[in-house]
Amino acid sequence: MQFGVFTVSDITQDPTTGRTPSEAERLQAVLAIAKKTEEVGLDVFALGEHHNPPFFSSSPTTTLAWIAAQTSTLQLSTATTLITTNDPVKIAEDYAMLQHLAGGRVDLTLGRGNTGPVYPWFGQDIRNGIELAVENYALLRRLWTEDVVDWQGKFRTPLQGFTSTPRPLDGVPPFVWHGSIRSPQIAEQAAYYGDGFFHNHIFWPPEHTQRMVEFYRRRFEHYGHGSADQAIVGLGGQVFMRKNSQDAVREFRPYFDNAPVYGHGPSLEEFSSQTPLTVGSPQQVIERTLGFREYVGDYQRQLFLIDHAGLPLKTVLEQLDLLGEEVVPVLRREFAARKPAHVPDAPTHAARVAAAGGSRDLTVHAPGDDVTGQARDEAREEVEVR
Amino acid sequence: MSTRTLAVVSAGLGTPSSTRLLADRLTAATVAALRERGITATVEVVELREHARDLADHLLTGFANEPLRATVDTVTGADAVIAVTPIFSASYSGLFKTFFDVLDKDALAGTPVLMGATAGTARHSLALEHALRPLFAYLRATVVPTAVFAASEDWAGGEGTGGALADRVDRAAGELADLVAGRPPAAPVDPFADPATSFEDLLRGR
Repeated sequence: MQFGVFTVSDITQDPTTGRTPSEAERLQAVLAIAKKTEEVGLDVFALGEHHNPPFFSSSPTTTLAWIAAQTSTLQLSTATTLITTNDPVKIAEDYAMLQHLAGGRVDLTLGRGNTGPVYPWFGQDIRNGIELAVENYALLRRLWTEDVVDWQGKFRTPLQGFTSTPRPLDGVPPFVWHGSIRSPQIAEQAAYYGDGFFHNHIFWPPEHTQRMVEFYRRRFEHYGHGSADQAIVGLGGQVFMRKNSQDAVREFRPYFDNAPVYGHGPSLEEFSSQTPLTVGSPQQVIERTLGFREYVGDYQRQLFLIDHAGLPLKTVLEQLDLLGEEVVPVLRREFAARKPAHVPDAPTHAARVAAAGGSRDLTVHAPGDDVTGQARDEAREEVEVR
Repeated sequence: MSTRTLAVVSAGLGTPSSTRLLADRLTAATVAALRERGITATVEVVELREHARDLADHLLTGFANEPLRATVDTVTGADAVIAVTPIFSASYSGLFKTFFDVLDKDALAGTPVLMGATAGTARHSLALEHALRPLFAYLRATVVPTAVFAASEDWAGGEGTGGALADRVDRAAGELADLVAGRPPAAPVDPFADPATSFEDLLRGR
């Protein structure tokens, strides 16, 4: 099982000091959080994508490439990549690039985005959200699995003889998770392809997450990818910890009360009982997190949101220390002890390459290409001779 | 005798409230009218006052907490709805509107609805037609032609008010009962049932 953190890249005023970080400062803080995530022994860092203030992360692959260069084991992911408003051709290119730069330590989570104006800003209509996700992802898969693509669809200009470069590293595209809070169609999409399903697991009651995951698992089995309990499930979650749980509640309350997403609504206590939010001691976080398994089954990835709502970097790094020292080692041990052998581990590039029968070089050499002067057939022969 | 569920939504704020009083009159008349048509009604009354904070929380968090979820399910799963609001500032109350704001836009599609409203004077009576009826039209509910308005003076009854409150209640209840009797019982919709549309069809853009 993989453990990690995800960030939405919000630039929010610290309600306890009244201070709002600059973009530069917040961006550097997120980089520090990512590096620390690996240092404390966690597995995954996932970054959101937004195209409006108060968020900075418009270009996740740029940021993730920097992090890839500064880390050695950290799995890089997204939370989420906008499959609706990004050109699927650009997603195919950008994430294949990132996959090469990061030595395969890349997967991505696709989402539709929840900011209305982003659709028209990128020439789309929010009412087509599901259709866009379906068509764009079908194209994205073809761009990664077929060397030369002829394609025509409803939302994008047609393609004739198009090759997305670079080809996926070792011939195996990045693993894809589909994220949705409430749309069964997206869980259906994940199940149809045998991809992963990620539930943000922050804003809705656990019963709802349970129903979404159950549906995905049932459909995963229906489409013949394995038994329902072998489907690939990821969950979010939100925690704030101090050694003493009263200290955690006292310190986190002003951030909760003023949080842009749910502030000025339910109390911290109400929200903690209605959703998976856990504010307390490391032991409380351990117990609550182990409980997730009881309603979604054995799952593959747990990401925590720890850096939003204006929390200062120092505090976030302390949260990572607690996760790395006290929480995740216990969770690893306990989840592993409970997981039956036939339930797969979280997908990694190495495991997927092995499952595909080893590494394949899919480089496409252009015929009569002006740059290398080498024709495709000649290049092929050369490979065979070698 | 067949059975149907009648959800009664009252947005009155006082206790006792004249809005609830009107809702009760409409409910009793509808239950009687259904009985005449061979239908036993199960009545579920929702006092929105009890969900005032739940509704505000929902606006901010985007989900219904457990008590509100149960109430939403009751109303959206009913065979008919009686919805009654006080008129504030020439329209439905904010509490009343908020409840219908947090429903899925299709949740009441086709559901028979009887509208009622109360206010201090009869000068507010057309709020039913210019505010409530368009709201339910947007939700594609099937609203009965007679909407029932009760001003303070209507509770006196007698000549001065045209004596008509009781008549209007009965007429509206009869219209609602006719609609309910003419329809099969409401079937619950499960968003997590296996999809009617296959993913292949979605892929082909159907």
